Amino acid sequence: MDYLYYLRQDKMPHIWCDGCGHGIILKSILRCVDKLGWDKNDIALVSGIGCSSRTPGYVDFNTLHTTHGRALAFATGLKIANPKLHVIVVSGDGDATAIGGNHFIHAARRNIDITMIIYNNYIYGMTGGQVSPTTPAHKKASTAPYGNPDEPFDISRLAQAAGATYVARSTVYHVGKMDNYIGNALQKTGFSVVEILTPCPTSYGRRNKEGNGVDMMRYQKENTIGIEKAKNMSAEALAGKIVTGVFVDKEQESYLNRYNEVIKKAQSGV
Amino acid sequence: MKKNVVIKINESWCKSCEICVSFCPKKVYDMGQFYPIVARPEECTGCKLCEKLCPDFAIQIIIPEETKKTK
Ligand SMILES: Cc1ncc(C[n+]2csc(CCOP(=O)(O)OP(=O)(O)O)c2C)c(N)n1
Ligand code: SF4
Ligand code: SF4
Ligand code: SF4
Repeated sequence: MDYLYYLRQDKMPHIWCDGCGHGIILKSILRCVDKLGWDKNDIALVSGIGCSSRTPGYVDFNTLHTTHGRALAFATGLKIANPKLHVIVVSGDGDATAIGGNHFIHAARRNIDITMIIYNNYIYGMTGGQVSPTTPAHKKASTAPYGNPDEPFDISRLAQAAGATYVARSTVYHVGKMDNYIGNALQKTGFSVVEILTPCPTSYGRRNKEGNGVDMMRYQKENTIGIEKAKNMSAEALAGKIVTGVFVDKEQESYLNRYNEVIKKAQSGV
Repeated sequence: MKKNVVIKINESWCKSCEICVSFCPKKVYDMGQFYPIVARPEECTGCKLCEKLCPDFAIQIIIPEETKKTK
């Protein structure tokens, strides 16, 4: 496929560091859109703030770069005003689950027809490596120089518990799975979430002595376990492992149906 | 080896991360001083893993049969 067709080439090369996985996720999104044959003009790509949230700037869709943590609020407005748009939100772990954590769980609960792709690099990359809600316990960050005392959120489990209709997780190394999950999520009616684990060598890898992008992706390659297999493993055996797979795939009435019902009732004056 | 695969590297977008060099299953690339070098093109199977994993849109794998098909 021709990736360049979907890019704003005058904005390239992108700002992401060497070995950052964000570009690998962007490519997967473009491959999925290309495979679905969607017109660029029928897609709205929305983000908040962060390295990951720079994604829409490079893509020749309808794009909206909003405020930190608030992409879902803007995206919800877009989807309700123009339900024909395919609305995709891209977000970092900080954007999605720290400042935007409330928007995230409530969008899932409401089941608004939006696909959210979360670039989880366990850190606030853009601002120099502060802890995020997904930083694993004991890992170092600029705001946790002695190690993070908090337990992390599991984004996929959080989305599942909050009511999302499709939830899946992959790493950037496992591109085949990533394409599959993003493709499924784009086609799903309702709130769909794909969490992609992606290396941030600059703000996370370096501080935690995990090496460069290649080293961090090699770790993904060697330490990933499918969700089915993980079910039969003990917590000790799963320590340090990455569990990937489809967490939720269900049918559920989307918010737009219910919203239309409200409009009908209001207009009929009942 | 797949016939006539063309590997194009856009050096002005490449950031020398070495992801392509490290993960090509056929070890087609060597790392040069700044950019990957297509050292063993005859080994390339056209699997496109390097193209998919390059975060910088700097690799293009062209398989002539495919371009014919889509036209
Ligand atoms: C209201 C507000 N608070 C804080 C910031 C500073 N800020 C910019 S990006 C960011 C965190 C980004 O982390 P994440 O969402 O995980 O994305 P990444 O950069 O790692 O891709 C923060 C705190 C801001 N821009 N706006
Ligand atoms: S700081 Fe981290 S997340 Fe941001 S571009 Fe660099 S590697 Fe990527
Ligand atoms: S297409 Fe596959 S075999 Fe050829 S260089 Fe790329 S990764 Fe290696
Ligand atoms: S993966 Fe891409 S950016 Fe990295 S060294 Fe290879 S061509 Fe350059």
